Amino acid sequence: MKIDKKIAVFLYYHMLRIRMIEEKIAQLYAEQQMRCPVHLCIGQEAIAVGVCANLLKKDYLLSNHRSHGHYLAKGGNLKQMLAEIYGKSTGCSKGKGGSMHLVDLTVGILGTTPIVGGIIPVATGVAFGTQMKEKDNLTAVFFGDAATEEGVFFESLNFASLKKLPVLFICENNFFSVYSPLAVRQPKERDNLALVRSLGIKGSKGDGNNVFEVYALAKKAVADIRKGKGPYFLEFDTYRWREHCGPNFDNDLGYRTEEDFLKWKKKCPLDSLEDKLIKGNILSLSRIESFKRNIQAEINRAISFAKNSPYPETEEMLSDVYAK
Amino acid sequence: MNRQINLAQAVLEATAQCMQDDGSVYIMGLGVTDPKGVFGTTLGLEKKFGAKRVLDMPVAENGMTGIAIGSALVGMRPILTHQRIDFMLLSLDQIINNAAKWHYMFGGKMKIPIVIRLLVGRGWGQGPQHSQSLQALFAHIPGLKVVMPATPYDAKGLLVSAVEDNNPVIFIEHRWLHNTLGNVPLEKYRIPLGKAKVVKEGKDLTIISSSYTTLEAIKVAELFKNEGINIEVVDLRTIKPLDELTIIKSVKKTRRLIVIDSAWRSFSVASEILAQVAEKAYQSLKCAPVRITFPDAPTPTGWALSNHYYPQIEDIINTVKKMLKINKPQRSEKVLDKPLDVPDATFKGPF
Repeated sequence: MKIDKKIAVFLYYHMLRIRMIEEKIAQLYAEQQMRCPVHLCIGQEAIAVGVCANLLKKDYLLSNHRSHGHYLAKGGNLKQMLAEIYGKSTGCSKGKGGSMHLVDLTVGILGTTPIVGGIIPVATGVAFGTQMKEKDNLTAVFFGDAATEEGVFFESLNFASLKKLPVLFICENNFFSVYSPLAVRQPKERDNLALVRSLGIKGSKGDGNNVFEVYALAKKAVADIRKGKGPYFLEFDTYRWREHCGPNFDNDLGYRTEEDFLKWKKKCPLDSLEDKLIKGNILSLSRIESFKRNIQAEINRAISFAKNSPYPETEEMLSDVYAK
Repeated sequence: MNRQINLAQAVLEATAQCMQDDGSVYIMGLGVTDPKGVFGTTLGLEKKFGAKRVLDMPVAENGMTGIAIGSALVGMRPILTHQRIDFMLLSLDQIINNAAKWHYMFGGKMKIPIVIRLLVGRGWGQGPQHSQSLQALFAHIPGLKVVMPATPYDAKGLLVSAVEDNNPVIFIEHRWLHNTLGNVPLEKYRIPLGKAKVVKEGKDLTIISSSYTTLEAIKVAELFKNEGINIEVVDLRTIKPLDELTIIKSVKKTRRLIVIDSAWRSFSVASEILAQVAEKAYQSLKCAPVRITFPDAPTPTGWALSNHYYPQIEDIINTVKKMLKINKPQRSEKVLDKPLDVPDATFKGPF
C-alpha cells in the first residue's frame, strides 16, 4: 500500500505516543493513586490513529470505556486526561468521570461511556443534530465487537441510514467482551458487513493492526460521508494485550491461550510499522530515539501536572447535578 | 379573558409556542404526525413546522432516546413523546445512564435539555402494561426532573418551563386529564419547576396530591367545606425537585397529612413525603400521616377487579373523617358511587 511519507511518520509518532502513555499508566497504576478502572488499549493503537488522522478538529468523536487511544489520537489534552484518571479537579471531567468518562470539547470529543453500545445512539444523535443545524461536522464513534450485539447498534444504524447521517461507525473487534469470547456471543455465520449493507449502509473490514490499511479505509469512508453519501461502517480485527481492566497480563486465567496471545503480539501494530519505516528509509533509529525522548518529556510533564493538581473540594460532589 | 381549553390542547399550544420561539426545539415520537396526533397533543404541528422538526420515528425507544440526547449535545432541544409510559421503559438505559448523568460525569461541560413526554393510562382495561405510574422511579434518579401537571393551565406553563430547562425533564401526563377543561391564557407563560401550589387553603388537614389525584383531592375538600372543615390541598406539580418547603409549611399549619399518590404504595413519592415530614415536622403532627395509593400489585385489566384497585374518593373521605374523628356520615357518598374505570359518564371507550 502506497502512503505519503509524512503521513506515515505522523501515524508512527502518534501510535508510539499512545503506546508510551499507556505503558506509563500501567507502570504507575501499582502506586494506587489512579483509583479508577483503566482499560488500556495497548495493541489496538493503529485503529485510533489511522481513523483519527482523517478527522478534522471540528469533527466529533465519541467512544467507549477503552478510549485513551481515541482521545489522544483526536487531540485530547493529555494533562487533563491523566489528571482525570488521578481524580483531580484539573481533570477533563473535574474528577467526576475518571478514565471511562473523557471529554475535550476543544477538539470535538463529546464523551466516552462504558455501558456497552450505549454511546452509539448518542453519536448518531450528534450527527442528527449537526444535520438539523446544517453544520458540516462529521461524527465518529468507536465501539467494540460486543456492542454490535446490542439492540441500539441496529436501532442507530437503521436511523442513520434512514436520515443519511454523517456518521462513521468504527467497530474494534478484539474478540473478547471482558472474558467472553466471540464464539459464545455470535454465530460464526455472522457478517457485520452484510448486516449493515442490508440496512443500506456501506461498510469495509480491515486489519486493525495495519495502520496503513486502517488509514486508507477510513480515508475512503470519511470522503464518502463528507460527500453527503450518509453513514459508513468500518470493522477492524485487533487484539487487547493486557487484561480487560487494569495494567496486568492475564493469560494465566485460561480464557485465551498463550499461543494466541503471542501470535497477536508478533503482529504488534507499532513494531511492524517501525520495521516498515526503517526498511523503507523513512525513519532512522536516531529519529525514533528523539521521538521517544520528546514523548517521554511530555508524559513526565503531564504526570507531574496530574500528581501535583489539587483534589476537588468535597462540596463539588453535589455540584453539576443539574445544569443551570 | 377567560378562555377554556382542555389539557391536551394546552400541551399542543405550549409545544407550538416553544417551537415558534426557538428553532432548535423539535418533536419526535411514535404517532406525532399521525391523524390522532398523540391524543391531540401534536395535531397540526407537522404542517406548521415541517417534517424536519416534527417527526415520527422508528420503533426503537432506547436508540431514539440516545439520538435525542446526542442531538441535544450539539444544541437541539428535543421533545420525545411516548403514547404510554410503559413503552418508555425500553429507554431506561439512555435516560438513566446517559441523559441524567452527562452533565455531572463530564464535570458540568455539557447539558442535555430534553423533554420526555409520557402518558399514563387508567381504566377501560389498560391493564398491567398500559397504566403504570412510575414517577417514583424517575424521581429517584439524580439529574432528572419529573413533572406531573393536574390542570390545563399548569400543563402549558410547566411544559414551557420544561422545554426551556437545560436538564432532562420527564413530563408525565395522565390520560384522564387530557379532556379536562380549564382557563388557559393564549400567551406563552411559564410555571417554575420545583414549586408546588396550594390550590385550596385550609387549616384542618393537608392533602398532598399530583396529576389526576389533585382533582379528587379538590372534590373531597369541597365536600368537607360544606361541613365547615377546611382542607388544604397542595398540588405538587413537580415531583423532582420536590418542594419540601411548601409541604412542611402546610403540615405545620394543619398538623394532619394525607398523601394521595397514583402509584404503588411501597417506595413511592407518598413514602418520600411521609419521610420528609417525619424528619422535619413530626412534632407538628396530631395523628399519624396516611398514604392513599394503589395496592402493591400490577393493575388488573378486567373492570371488576380494577374497580377495586384504584382508591375511591370514599377512601379519601373516610380517611379524612377518621383523622378528624368525625362520626356522622358524609351525605354525598352515594353520589360518587360509579365505575372507576372511566373518567366520566360520557366516556364510552376505547382509549
